[in-house]
Amino acid sequence: MQVTSSVREPLVTGGKTYHDVTHDVSRQVEGKPSIAWFLAFLTSAGVLALGFIALAATLWEGIGMWGLNKTIGWAWDITNFVWWVGIGHAGTLISAVLLLFRQKWRTSINRAAEAMTIFAVICAAMFPVIHMGRPWLGAYWALPLPNTFGSLWVNFNSPLLWDVFAISTYFSVSLVFWYIGLIPDFATIRDRATGLRKTIYGALSFGWDGAAKSWMRYESVSLILAGLATPLVLSVHTIVSFDFATSVIPGWHTTIFPPYFVAGAIFSGFAMVLTLMIITRKVFKLEDYITMGHIELMNIVIIITGSIVGIAYITEFFIAWYSGVEAEQYAFINRATGPYWWAYWSMMTCNVISPQLFWIKKIRTSIIATFILSLVVNIGMWFERFVIIVTSLHRDYLPSSWAMFYPTWADIGVYLFTFGLFFTLFFLFAKFFPVINMAEVKSVLKSSSEKVAK
Amino acid sequence: MERDKHFILGVYDDEDVLLHAVKDVRSSGVKIHEVYSPYPVHGLDEELGYKRSRLPIAAFLFGLLGTSLALTMQFYMMKFDWPMIIGGKDYAAFPDFIPVTFEMTVLLASFGMVGVFMVTSNLKPWAKPRIFDLRSTDDKHIMAIDIANNSSMEQDKIREVLRSSGASEVNDKSFDE
Repeated sequence: MQVTSSVREPLVTGGKTYHDVTHDVSRQVEGKPSIAWFLAFLTSAGVLALGFIALAATLWEGIGMWGLNKTIGWAWDITNFVWWVGIGHAGTLISAVLLLFRQKWRTSINRAAEAMTIFAVICAAMFPVIHMGRPWLGAYWALPLPNTFGSLWVNFNSPLLWDVFAISTYFSVSLVFWYIGLIPDFATIRDRATGLRKTIYGALSFGWDGAAKSWMRYESVSLILAGLATPLVLSVHTIVSFDFATSVIPGWHTTIFPPYFVAGAIFSGFAMVLTLMIITRKVFKLEDYITMGHIELMNIVIIITGSIVGIAYITEFFIAWYSGVEAEQYAFINRATGPYWWAYWSMMTCNVISPQLFWIKKIRTSIIATFILSLVVNIGMWFERFVIIVTSLHRDYLPSSWAMFYPTWADIGVYLFTFGLFFTLFFLFAKFFPVINMAEVKSVLKSSSEKVAK
Repeated sequence: MERDKHFILGVYDDEDVLLHAVKDVRSSGVKIHEVYSPYPVHGLDEELGYKRSRLPIAAFLFGLLGTSLALTMQFYMMKFDWPMIIGGKDYAAFPDFIPVTFEMTVLLASFGMVGVFMVTSNLKPWAKPRIFDLRSTDDKHIMAIDIANNSSMEQDKIREVLRSSGASEVNDKSFDE
């Protein structure tokens, strides 16, 4: 049965049947991995191994391996943490918020975007954990566990502790949401397989049989999880921004941070989804499922969130002037014209100017332009966090303590380690898990073109 | 080999045909055991006469549990067990407790609801599902009719009802248990 619409842009092109959907997605899991996959996997595993040297050195010697000094106590570690958490916002946004808004185009990208979210959050969580110095004792500092001091509990007034709860809740709820969606697709692979693969995917599919009653509950669970995950995803970056906003450092102590961080998170998350999707659709020949329409819609989200971020930058600057607080005014002038001017203007160019290019239809529907701009956006977002964190700290209240931050090889190595980890996990996912949610794509295959089918 | 459970299966290619078929089959007096689909078909649960899922209620109750646990924990630790002045605030700095309370609410609501879903739908790694037709996770909708539940009706009559409702195939399937 082929269905095509004359009215609406089809979500899936190429006149795919239900069986084609099953076949196109399952064959990646069933076939031998391609040379391109092996090269990509080995490269990222190599980066992981190299970065591990820096990680091991940091754990062995301590945080002194990093370029931190008494003025700049937070630098690349927290920059990388916020950057990865931000990237980890797109997945749940796509699967939860777009589900509540009944945006059917989400169906072919939500699986990979959620996987990306989970891996990005793992990478993010690495940094605060390593920064503890002795992470093997970290559970006592981060969780309210009974201890021999009385018990001396953790401080529930601290945004850093709120972060522990926010990130771990976000990670576990995203993981559950993702896995619930995977169950029916694992069942599809199980029913096509024989031997060992049948056993493995049989266990992963939790005995799913596709009964109408199970689907009814599945839909109910998805909807409630989406309803819970929507405020959750907004709360996570809000709480991350509290780490800064509740402090009294000029440049951090601003009420605009929560919405501004959330918009920035969605902005960088969509950019990372685009980077990964453009590669994935090419390598796995999924151009009929992740179409130009999907890329264009994601680019539109990037224009919107990029513009919100741009307005936030300008508002911040205005409010610093309007507040009349000299320290606050200096912090912002120093960002733009001080020793870190290059970081500030990289951020402004990459985040405010470059996404505006997507207003031009030719650029927003060009694969190459989108790919390049998606990288540019994430470079810009890294600089944003660097600017907020390092330039606010490096010239604080006491001019005799002013300093600069220079990353050491361990700073760079630990950052590389998280890149290796992220891509290694993503490539493993792309090979062994169905990268597209087959069941959900099938459910919109007909309704998105019902004018013809009836 | 003698088997215990006997089913007649109607195989449907299209979700709209299936929805009408469910109505026709039920109105002709045949009791449907269950319908197996590769993807969720909207309205199928209503046609089959299933009651709305009560999972949202479970989620709400677990969420309530999360809220109360989180608030109790924070008030006990910060106000009663080891009171400390932090930032000149009250021991029980209620607004500061909101973020953790919210996260715990979401965590318990999600995990509680998913746990209930797993139990009620018998989802577990070692579960051995009864697969009527391998194509039911690919591109076909399978309507299963339990013969034991329809003993008042001739089997050929059931097959005829399925065929006239639009089934592309009518098959038999038996299981041991």
